[in-house]
Amino acid sequence: MSASDALASPLKSARLKIWRGTSREAGRYEEFDVAFEDGDSVLDGLVRIRMQQQPDLAIRFSCFNANVCKECTMLIDGEVQYACIAKLHPGLIQLDPVPNLPVMRDLVTDSLSHKERL
Amino acid sequence: MDEVIELATDVLVAGGGAAGMFAAIAAARNGARAILIDKNVVGRGGASIMAQMTCAAALGETDADDPQLHLADTLAAGRGLCNESLAALLCEGAPQRIRELAGWKVNWARADNGRINQVLAPGHSRRRCVYVDYLSTGAAICAALRNKVSRNPDIRRLSNVSLTDVVTREGEAIGAVGVDVGSASPVIIKASAVVLAMGGMTKLFKRTTSPNNLAGEGVGIALRAGARLIDLEFLQFYPNGHLAPRMVGLDPTTWEPTRVKLGGRLLNGNGEEFLHEYGEAEGEGYSTTRDTLTYAIYKEVESGRGSPHGGVYLSFQHIPESALRAALGPVIEIFKRNNIDLTRQPVEVLPIAHYQMGGVEVDTDMASCVPGLYAAGELAGGANGANRLSGNALPEALVFGERAGERAARFAAGRRAPSRDMAAARPHVELIRAVRGQNQRHGPSPAAIMSEAKDLMWQKVGPFRTAHALTEAHDRLCSMRERELPAAAVSPERVHNASLVEWFELRNGLFAAEALALGSLFRRESRGAHQRVDFPETSAACERSQRLSLADGKLVSSFAGLQA
Repeated sequence: MSASDALASPLKSARLKIWRGTSREAGRYEEFDVAFEDGDSVLDGLVRIRMQQQPDLAIRFSCFNANVCKECTMLIDGEVQYACIAKLHPGLIQLDPVPNLPVMRDLVTDSLSHKERL
Repeated sequence: MDEVIELATDVLVAGGGAAGMFAAIAAARNGARAILIDKNVVGRGGASIMAQMTCAAALGETDADDPQLHLADTLAAGRGLCNESLAALLCEGAPQRIRELAGWKVNWARADNGRINQVLAPGHSRRRCVYVDYLSTGAAICAALRNKVSRNPDIRRLSNVSLTDVVTREGEAIGAVGVDVGSASPVIIKASAVVLAMGGMTKLFKRTTSPNNLAGEGVGIALRAGARLIDLEFLQFYPNGHLAPRMVGLDPTTWEPTRVKLGGRLLNGNGEEFLHEYGEAEGEGYSTTRDTLTYAIYKEVESGRGSPHGGVYLSFQHIPESALRAALGPVIEIFKRNNIDLTRQPVEVLPIAHYQMGGVEVDTDMASCVPGLYAAGELAGGANGANRLSGNALPEALVFGERAGERAARFAAGRRAPSRDMAAARPHVELIRAVRGQNQRHGPSPAAIMSEAKDLMWQKVGPFRTAHALTEAHDRLCSMRERELPAAAVSPERVHNASLVEWFELRNGLFAAEALALGSLFRRESRGAHQRVDFPETSAACERSQRLSLADGKLVSSFAGLQA
């Protein structure tokens, strides 16, 4: 099925400016260039960055682009959105952890109720 | 030395999808205390929530029906390899579970006369599949079960706890060890019975309908604990998997429920219908079983008649926009956001990895051969034989989950109180400590190894297999597990250490992949979802189940030495 691999050929490039750190106070932004094709989501870009450049980047998701698990909520250019349906576009995109929840690491916040975690 | 978190319960359930949640509910209503853990979030992770439409049950609401007719269809689809007792349990138990869920506020789609609406799915002889609009069946079931679980004082649900090993002593399961994802701390859970409901291994393929957490860990963990696997080589490829144009916000399984509702024309790259070339009816209807459809699509592509991205076209252009809207509702808007207008263009589809038919061998109590160890849902093998009928995954999760929880609770009550000695957990805990921070910044990342494994499985262990490709895959998987994995770089961090969790995912998942490659190599015939290019015929001598187990650290097949 080699023809289907043609899909992997990237056409465009986005620059993701991502909050890194274990709290809102102790941290910094890091920027990553990521290749994409039309229609790719911000989550696609983040998964690609973890695979190819920065495996330590912390993100959280389960259903992967199906928009049912709701775990990939984050601040995308200042708006609360799901990374799995927000589309990548050329140029700069800023990603921050969702507000009003404690930051665990990078884009992962502590969203579980106390009863549900150790 | 860090603090080890220690917990104790009657029944431990691993996996927070439909099977795991139902197991916890059933354990609790049979007198047990239960702990329900999930690597992601209980009720949100896993495959169940992604199920869009069909859930088969012989309710007889739309057509006259009987569980025995459902069973006959299930056995026919399984190509001679279903465990009949398990398949009967599934078909006979499904109506009760569907009605129970209706009582728990699952809003099954209903006809104008108020009866539950049942639709025809491929391979069924009756209109039998219930659903929740629009394409929300799994989400509705999971929401109801999550609600039930969270209100039950006898169930402690723990999200972000990833199981790494089942602990055994003298051949019996006495609990489990895992990692608390948030703190990277080892967790020991002592339990009188353990239910594994962690789903299948379809994430291990590059193109898949799987969520991020079905890496075959349950298969690897069960093998290490001494359980047997059955017919793992049968892995269903979902024929109408979405290929192009790029679409996000919808599961790639979208096209099958759309076809169940509306029909749809499958066309090759030249715009011609082709199913009739493979002995099937053509046109708008949709009655071809998944294994046959996968075969037909692959053959078209292989013959140079594929679509631009290497699949085939699926067209709904003959269907009026009003009918599309009535059937799909708000889903039309999601298509629009992805620049897909079904009235003007076909989409491209391709068979992609979807469901593991085989798995842990269980009896009708859902008990494995290891006392105290149970399996349910996709991880339990046998009911679906060589090919699963559309719509049988959800009832399997519900019925087998309920059964596993009930029987595990009974087993736990009857077991003499396990002694406090969890010394057998120590090596598993030590492994977590040793891996955390190993080879920092030197080796490959677990994420990169997973990426290679997914490419390898897609290229060499897909629906069409040869001894040559399977051997290559098997040998490479062995060396990844034995060489790359010990050399992989794992972060020493304590807060949300993803690489630690991913390392254990690989440890168990690569083992599962190796078992799949080995099982496929030993089954020298073509049957259902397992097609061998070098053994294209179905062999009467192979019309039986293959078992894999671990002996002295090596995988052993019951088919070793069997000639086709």
